[in-house]
Amino acid sequence: MPMTLSGQFINLLAALLLLIAFAMLSQRRILSLINLFALQGLVLTISTLIVAYSTNQGHLYYSAAITLVLKVIILPWILHRLIRKLNIQWDIETLINIPTTMLIGIVLVIFSFNLALPISQLAGTVTRATLGIAMASVLLSFLMMITRHKAVPQVIGFLAMENGLFFAATSATYGMPLVVELGIALDVLVGMFILGIFFFQIRETFNSMDLRHMEKLKED
Amino acid sequence: MMTPYSGILFQLLQSLLVVLAAPLLLGWVNQCRAWLSNRSGAGLLQPYRGLRKLLHKDAVLAETASPLFRATPYVLFGCMWLAAGVVPVLATDLPYAPAADVIALVGIFALARVFLALAAMDIGTSFGTLGARREMLVAFLAEPALLMVFFTASLISHSTSLSTIVETLAHSQAVIYPSLAFAALAFVMVLLAENARIPVDNPATHLELTMIHEAMILEYSARHLALIEWASSIKLLTYFAIGIALFLPWGIVEGNNWAGLPLALGALLLKLTVAGAGLALLETVSAKMRIFRAPEFLGTAFLLGVLGMLTHFLLES
Amino acid sequence: MSTVISALPIDFAGAIILFWLALGSIGLALQSRPRWITLLIFPASAAASLLLAATGLWALGETPDVALLPLGLPDLPFHLRLDALSAFFLLLLGAASFGITLYAAGYFRSMPGGTLGLLTLEYHVFLASMALVLVADDAYLFMVAWESMALSSYFLVTTDHKIPAIRSAGYLYLLLAHVGAIAILLCFGVMQGGHGDFTFAAMRASELTEFWASAAFLLALFGFGAKAGLLPLHVWLPEAHPAAPSPVSALMSGVMLKTAIYGLLRVTFDLLPMQLWWWGVLLLTLGLATAFFGVVFAAVQSDMKRLLAYSSIENIGLILVGIGLGLLFHSYKMGGLAALAITAALYHCLNHAFFKGLLFLGTGSVLHATGERNLGRLGGLMRRMPWVAWLTLVGTLAIAGLPPLNGFVSEWLLLQAFLLTPGLPHSYLNMLVPVAAAALALAAALAAYVMVKFYGIVFLGQSREEKLSEAHDAGIWEKLGMGWLALGCLALGLFPVSVILRLDAVTQLVTGHALGATAAQTGWLFLTPMAPERASYSPLFFLIVIATVVALTFFAVRRFYHGRLKRGPAWDCGYPAQTPRMQDTAEGFGQPIRQIFEFFFKIEREVPDPFDREPRYHGKTEDRLWYWLYLPVARVVERASALMGKMQHGRIHVYLMYSFVTLLVLLAFSR
Repeated sequence: MPMTLSGQFINLLAALLLLIAFAMLSQRRILSLINLFALQGLVLTISTLIVAYSTNQGHLYYSAAITLVLKVIILPWILHRLIRKLNIQWDIETLINIPTTMLIGIVLVIFSFNLALPISQLAGTVTRATLGIAMASVLLSFLMMITRHKAVPQVIGFLAMENGLFFAATSATYGMPLVVELGIALDVLVGMFILGIFFFQIRETFNSMDLRHMEKLKED
Repeated sequence: MMTPYSGILFQLLQSLLVVLAAPLLLGWVNQCRAWLSNRSGAGLLQPYRGLRKLLHKDAVLAETASPLFRATPYVLFGCMWLAAGVVPVLATDLPYAPAADVIALVGIFALARVFLALAAMDIGTSFGTLGARREMLVAFLAEPALLMVFFTASLISHSTSLSTIVETLAHSQAVIYPSLAFAALAFVMVLLAENARIPVDNPATHLELTMIHEAMILEYSARHLALIEWASSIKLLTYFAIGIALFLPWGIVEGNNWAGLPLALGALLLKLTVAGAGLALLETVSAKMRIFRAPEFLGTAFLLGVLGMLTHFLLES
Repeated sequence: MSTVISALPIDFAGAIILFWLALGSIGLALQSRPRWITLLIFPASAAASLLLAATGLWALGETPDVALLPLGLPDLPFHLRLDALSAFFLLLLGAASFGITLYAAGYFRSMPGGTLGLLTLEYHVFLASMALVLVADDAYLFMVAWESMALSSYFLVTTDHKIPAIRSAGYLYLLLAHVGAIAILLCFGVMQGGHGDFTFAAMRASELTEFWASAAFLLALFGFGAKAGLLPLHVWLPEAHPAAPSPVSALMSGVMLKTAIYGLLRVTFDLLPMQLWWWGVLLLTLGLATAFFGVVFAAVQSDMKRLLAYSSIENIGLILVGIGLGLLFHSYKMGGLAALAITAALYHCLNHAFFKGLLFLGTGSVLHATGERNLGRLGGLMRRMPWVAWLTLVGTLAIAGLPPLNGFVSEWLLLQAFLLTPGLPHSYLNMLVPVAAAALALAAALAAYVMVKFYGIVFLGQSREEKLSEAHDAGIWEKLGMGWLALGCLALGLFPVSVILRLDAVTQLVTGHALGATAAQTGWLFLTPMAPERASYSPLFFLIVIATVVALTFFAVRRFYHGRLKRGPAWDCGYPAQTPRMQDTAEGFGQPIRQIFEFFFKIEREVPDPFDREPRYHGKTEDRLWYWLYLPVARVVERASALMGKMQHGRIHVYLMYSFVTLLVLLAFSR
């Protein structure tokens, strides 16, 4: 079925988003994870801009600007500084059986695609077909948080989940009210600062960023 | 104009072109690699000189070689010639084209590979079995990944016949298919694995423990080696042609229309030049992976192929 | 044709069954003269097989015949029926057993007379009962034939009963065969729908609710699946098939497993009044799991017959995938696609009988010549046994699914059935179908790996043991048998359109649609299942082009350059002490698969220390299902029987009290 050029471009960017979510699932190096997260933010910005242009929704331009500043510039900068301070920037962690994780990822993708199909038919936006991909990236980021056992990658998974939710909002309802967006952005920023402090504490207590050490905290 | 004889002539022309031009493509890729490494390179015609040198030599066979070993280079060459005839390099709807669809094309490559692996095991040294084992390991993931790429294209064009796929994709209205984007990525990874290029295998290595493809042909010499090397270069050209047919199909003639031949040839030349340079660039910036990272690499390609099919169902139907 | 010959196909089939039983009895009587058995009985039996195959082929194009025999129960005589489905499987039985029996004529020539006589009886009872299963038209005859098939094959498996491992393999086989038979019996009980009439005709007409139809389907799946080797009821296959003598293994793998497929097809499509979509999904999933499981386990085996047994499990999985897919499409009334899937499944049944039979016969010759089953002690046999090696190569290439042989055709048809845009109502199913196609492609690629390992380690390379230099090639009977099967592989691969046209009658019976017209629409040379623009394949073309190029290149190189050849030692990279044992072992070749799929297996390995004076390596790869499913079930059964055993304590007045209480109860309730 013939689709407008902007519609096709948005589909392509959605596919790219899914690809980045999978890539983050299988990435071992923390440095590449942060770069992938920044790339995800960039893809999100471009797609929001296209939606803003093709549907003439003014507030989406501001949305895109906030995303660009926060997710492509500020947050990656904070993360880079954090890992330099913690001295883990060249860290490579071992992952739990990559093929199995990828297979579970595929199952999650099928699940979210099927879940999204009836909802897509109800939504009235030009990007409704991408709702499934948005849900899939949320679930994949969640999976990423589960399968990691170092602190920083888990946090990146949490941030990627927020990205997925943002994309879902854009595709289903042309973005959230600006007030809500500003509130979420502020929450994320403050959260990063607090988590940074936590990381230093964890490192001091266990001398490592491996979260499996937290099991020692339980009472025996 | 559309007599059956002209079709056969066109088919013969296409097959001959692919077979004769394959070493030239290999020469171009090697020349680009040399330029990127700041060397002056051996020239575009070096593979031809290599083939001629090998054909002049006396063949030396191991004492333990069987008739299967001696027959394999010829069978390999025959399979690649068939593949060159089936893939729509210059034109679709040629006489050979209905003989094989994409699944049968994968079958041809599998036949060639199994024969080579068996020949490698024939001599009975550890190098041959090493090469055979590694090749079958790479193949068992690369072949399904290739099939997934083909399936994505066939879901879009509702057919597994390469001619129909090319015709549909060249005339389609939608400009960007995200599922094909996934498939293209997977295809590039499979191309690197199946043709023994970096990052899966180093075609210029002489350290046996790092070899995959080279270890299988370690015992071959003279005309047998010439045929195998020629078959490998035909395989590379055929893979490029498949990639062009699936992802950049504009310019391919439809039917045996002689008038469109110059444009098809020109388009093919341009695409192959760019693709060859791209391959050289990819090889120069990547490092060869450890052998046990290869299943991960190919597993990623397989998953990308599956993702491509799923994306088709979501975004394009 | 029935007017020229006054007999019907079913009369021929019946006569052949009786002839086989007679041959078996004569064989037992002639046990003091083994030469007569191998030179007269087996060739005569082979001739009967060929006649049965011809009968099957003839009956494919005819209307169904019915016959009634006065044997059996008083109010249920034996009903026999020969329709297209039975005819196809009779063709399979006849064609495969022709090659196998010819081979057996040569293989058993060195067996002692007493054992040989018994074996001949068991062998022919086995063949006759399989044929009887295929033409049975009522539940009683079916169960009688099924049981005699199980019993005769049990005795065949335990031919070398002096070895304890073989005895336990036979016991496991008998146990699971009977568990399956109970399920089949219950299934027949459900299907007769309370009328008490156990003929198949009555079952066809009975009306069942969805619940009872599903119950019957699940029981049939369990029962026939146990015989076919469906996951998780497969544990007997890797034990029993290697334990039997090679011609028997070939017959069991090639033909007996297909009678289970026949049973499943008969019950699901013919006897049950409805076909539900979730049956198809269940069958598809189980088939995929079985296929994957079989091939992954085959990759880590070091016994060549066990490897082939696991490969049979994989192929049965593929057949069940085809049937499941056909069931799914049929339940949604997509006739054309259902016909394609069922054609693929039936074609694969025929193919598997031929190439698996050929492979087992090849291993039989190797075993006979070398006495070794362990892959780690074979190698380099191509020089000593060229006939066996080249014929087995045909079988290996066929089973790996390579064009232009027959394995590729059925896999191609199956993949086409997956790809031809289903458009199923449930979106989950729509997306599951390509993922299933991906899993299928993966299993098929692994099968090629396994077969390269099998062929390469047994026949290629150098001999790993010195005694292998005394190996001898196969005799004339073995060559004839294997040659027939190899020829079959080639013919089935090169002329798929003719085969599909013959299969039309069967798919018409099963799904109500046939593929032949569309498949042959561009002539017999090209196979076009739906339309030429959608997909087409011409295996003969492949063969001609490759052969032409090979010949032309050979002559061109000789003409323009030269054909000089020298022999020299193999490249050893400077290591002086190269021995044949430095080649890959079976475990070595399968190591990448073992590493990637580690979680499938239960592996125990004993690896030597580098400072060990007498290093020893020991590896054992086991099936997890044995520990997760079978041993717990066995423990529960044992505990239950122990509880029951408490009732038996030898005191007479307690037993008298049991009888007294039962009498009182009966008197009270029978008023």
